[in-house]
Amino acid sequence: MCGIAALQLRNPRLHPQMGSLLSSMMCQIVDRGPDSAGLAVYDTPGLVSKGTATLSLLGKDQGMPVGDITAALETLLPVSASTAVRVVGDTTLVSAAVDTGLLVKAVSETLRGPTIIGRGEHVAVMKSVGHPMDIAAEHGLEALAGSQGLSHTRMATESAVTAGGSHPFSVADDLCLVHNGSFSNHATIRRGLVRDGVVFDSDNDTEVGARYIASRLQQGDDLETALTNLGKVFDGFYTLVVTTADSMAVVRDPIACKPAIIAETADYVAMASEYRALAALPGIENARILEPEPGKVYTWSL
Amino acid sequence: MVTLTAPENLETTLDSFSVDLAGGTVRELNHALHDAADGQAWTVTNPEGKHSLAVGINADVSVTINGHAGYYAAGMHQKGEVTVTGNAGVGLAENIMSGKVHVHGDASQSAAATGHGGLVVIDGNAGARCGISMKGVDIVVGGNIGHMSAFMAQAGRLVVCGDAGDALGDSIYEARIYVKGTVASLGADCIEKPMESEHLEEVAGLLTAAGRADNPADFTRYGSARSLYHFSVHNSTSY
Repeated sequence: MCGIAALQLRNPRLHPQMGSLLSSMMCQIVDRGPDSAGLAVYDTPGLVSKGTATLSLLGKDQGMPVGDITAALETLLPVSASTAVRVVGDTTLVSAAVDTGLLVKAVSETLRGPTIIGRGEHVAVMKSVGHPMDIAAEHGLEALAGSQGLSHTRMATESAVTAGGSHPFSVADDLCLVHNGSFSNHATIRRGLVRDGVVFDSDNDTEVGARYIASRLQQGDDLETALTNLGKVFDGFYTLVVTTADSMAVVRDPIACKPAIIAETADYVAMASEYRALAALPGIENARILEPEPGKVYTWSL
Repeated sequence: MVTLTAPENLETTLDSFSVDLAGGTVRELNHALHDAADGQAWTVTNPEGKHSLAVGINADVSVTINGHAGYYAAGMHQKGEVTVTGNAGVGLAENIMSGKVHVHGDASQSAAATGHGGLVVIDGNAGARCGISMKGVDIVVGGNIGHMSAFMAQAGRLVVCGDAGDALGDSIYEARIYVKGTVASLGADCIEKPMESEHLEEVAGLLTAAGRADNPADFTRYGSARSLYHFSVHNSTSY
């Protein structure tokens, strides 16, 4: 098992409540995956800002003081980039008004083997090992505003219980993937991607899914087409949620092995592994509630 | 035969009880229902998708769950009637023995799985594997059912007023399936069969028991071709 809770807020008036709503959803999926967890939040003031690239790095300790990291990055980046480094919970956020690729290069040159778990202008990704609600609290989820939020509670099966193996996997700008299930042919697909020059951070099966989607998007697929293609190539059990800067997608494997339920109102689209995670959302009594059909890709845009 | 509980008559109801799950636990609810006496009426409020609501009821009570139920609602149901006014999650009325379970909304996958008897009514749609390994339960679905429904069904009746998904009745033994709409595909050893007068009567009875007004003549019957009952090496590619 694993638990998923995702929320896309259509009504900007709900943006200040994003974190508290996502937290209320997440606490109902803890039973499904109590060993580790992760979060992705979009357009959260204080964590990301438009026109600025932000990298989320795994761990609060990057082997050198925050001030030294900032100083080292400033020597590599333009002065106008206003480079900033912050520690949020067990995550280090590095931002600068430069291209994401350039920031990745500068951070990789400055730090010894950083694990970049999130990147882009809109998203901050936080993940760790431990009780999911402790992880959420450590990162201050309740108080975070935003346009979209994605959370995952993991019960590890395919690879070790590590922070790096937690979901979401974010391998391209503002793209995040969470997965309930397991891919059975991930090693074969991984070999193909490696041959194409794709570099992996972990042994995790879900990372292969994320790298595959990123590769399809890079080749020109839209999100829906990329997920349709994933269904043709990947074998196994899955309910996936994918988020981008302005959209969210849900897909289940063709035999619907893993659960999913969706609630849609004029104010939001919410998806969770189980209905109980949706029960506390505002206006849920009038929401359109549906169980996504097997093999069908659902997408919503902000 | 349709297993029916007597219509609820509020005037003769001895007692009525209400349980608010915003304050109480599911375990307290189920303990109370296991101690309930025949004729009682129970109402459950704020179910909020909690799992295992009203399971193992063994008294002739009526239980109304006001809202959405989570997994395994009304599982192992023995007597009385459970009504869910919203949707139900995975494994509704799993292993039901007798009595009635009625969901006003949709039910997720594996509804009435392995049911031995009784009646399960789903006014909305049911997900995949509805009636999987059914062993005598009657199921009436107002909407559609998902793929692999009535897989290895052994006895009982499944009535679908909408459409059926892929591989309906795969490896079926002796259950009867009636579908009003389309069937995406039939599973191994499941075939269309003629609607004789006894089948029309049977569907009419089940629809009435479910409170539906569909015309029995609009349904098509499906059942076992009985070619996979015993292993034959000639059938090895059919498994």
